[in-house]
Amino acid sequence: MPNRVEERRRGAVRQQPASKATRQGKQAQPQQTAAPQKGAERHRIKFADARRSWIRNHTDVAANAYHRLWASPLSTLMTLAVLAIALALPGALLAGLKNLHGLSEDWGAEPRISLYLHTNITETKAEQVSRELLLRDDLSAVELISAEQGLLEFRRTTGLDDVLKYLSDNPLPSVIVVLPRGKDATTLPLLREQLAELPEVEEAVLDMAWVQRLTAFVAVSERGVIVFGVLLALAVLMVVGNTIRLLIENRRDEIIVAKLVGATNAWVRRPFLYTGAWFGLLGGVIAWVLVQVSLMLLEPPVAQLAELYESQFEIQGLGWLGSLLLILVSTLLGLAGAWLAVGRHLREVEPR
Amino acid sequence: MIRFDRVSKRFATGQDALSDISFDLKRGEMAFLTGHSGAGKSTLLKLIMLMERPTQGNVFVGDQDLSRMKGGEIPYLRRKIGVVFQNHQLLFDRTVFENIALPLEISGYSPEDAARRVRAALDKVGLLSKEKMNPVMLSTGEQQRVGIARAIVNKPQLLLADEPTGNLDPALSEEIMRLFMEFNRHGTTVLIASHDLNLISRMRNRILTLKRGRLVAGA
Repeated sequence: MPNRVEERRRGAVRQQPASKATRQGKQAQPQQTAAPQKGAERHRIKFADARRSWIRNHTDVAANAYHRLWASPLSTLMTLAVLAIALALPGALLAGLKNLHGLSEDWGAEPRISLYLHTNITETKAEQVSRELLLRDDLSAVELISAEQGLLEFRRTTGLDDVLKYLSDNPLPSVIVVLPRGKDATTLPLLREQLAELPEVEEAVLDMAWVQRLTAFVAVSERGVIVFGVLLALAVLMVVGNTIRLLIENRRDEIIVAKLVGATNAWVRRPFLYTGAWFGLLGGVIAWVLVQVSLMLLEPPVAQLAELYESQFEIQGLGWLGSLLLILVSTLLGLAGAWLAVGRHLREVEPR
Repeated sequence: MIRFDRVSKRFATGQDALSDISFDLKRGEMAFLTGHSGAGKSTLLKLIMLMERPTQGNVFVGDQDLSRMKGGEIPYLRRKIGVVFQNHQLLFDRTVFENIALPLEISGYSPEDAARRVRAALDKVGLLSKEKMNPVMLSTGEQQRVGIARAIVNKPQLLLADEPTGNLDPALSEEIMRLFMEFNRHGTTVLIASHDLNLISRMRNRILTLKRGRLVAGA
């Protein structure tokens, strides 16, 4: 791109003969042997020059756009506040979702199947069954809770000692608890059915229903957050777009004069694009602060709640990746909003 | 430098602004374009700047056929042409210096190089002491001279002026015209639209006269 610009500017410095020379180059090549080298050298210098001027222009424009934001601090702050809130909501939801994921993984990590054996199965038989199960590939652990053990545990946890004394027999069956290797929601019920069909097993219970419900709930909230996030992203686009549209209106004279003295569309567009990117970046940073502060405020009561559930659960912030993502996405949204506004409205501002 | 070849311009309203204009302005020449208001002077200048495109015919600037020029090339054409407007088109949110530096900034000059050229231009129009002022604080004549400085800061090959003395008293007008003659003497091609016949007839330059969109004298 700078290359093309450069060539045109060379035209502007009265070097039409050069362009003629290249056109005639095919017929008059022998005479041209020395000239192109010189031209190439000059071109390289000019190219470096153009690149330097391009970089300088971009840094200048970015800095200018930033300073211009604070020329009208009140309206800038108000726009930023709207952007920050629109960005903080999906940000907070994302953080919440991440925590919910952590929660469901903590508890849902180990679905287990309890096999209640027929009460007439002897202890040795039960042990044999459990050993057989241990040989299966699809189970990672097998634990036999004999009828005796079951009774002891029942006694200890319930304190119904006296009642149990009246019973002549142990009413509890032996239970084999197995940990399946596969953990997804489709294979587990199949496995449960297989195990239920073993002759010694009276009933096989998969205690996973609520884990499934939690997973489904997380999936629903995930979808909700995405829909919500897309809507709010559109809001950000429109807020930035409208702000940029007003800026273009305000700077109409300047744009017209610049176009009259030879500004390219890219040159005219550039400050507005940077302004949009600044809005996005600053809005994203403020949104990040809002999310982190809200999570900090939530932390003590959540810790208390977790303690009541005897859980080690700790609330998590956005993390490095989440923070980076939030700020990157908001900057890009700002840029895109500005791009839309500039594309629509800059065409209308032409010198007449 | 400028060549019009059977150029007509009809507006969307059906009104003929220019019809069948042909003339040739040589490199280094200075000419006036005159006629009543509404005779098509501004439209003719706008065709050279590609602010308008002709309905018929071709306009050439330098060796370039403007009818073949795409939208993206227009800025580079305009960088070769200095323009002075009647309403001077200065920006009041920046200093005189910054106003004049704008074309250089757009063309990508380094700040040091630009500053040197701006001061040279200001020196030529005699406003070197006012570079830090806002154009609002200047008199009309001074504002017009700032506009001229901005038009010549790029060292254009072609200088166009649309009623540059429109709002000025005769003494100031003459001063401005002398400025243009000075640039012309240094090789710049100059075309000035003006209805001030009194003034331009004293200048002894070529005069192109437009009457209801037709070129009646000077072709």
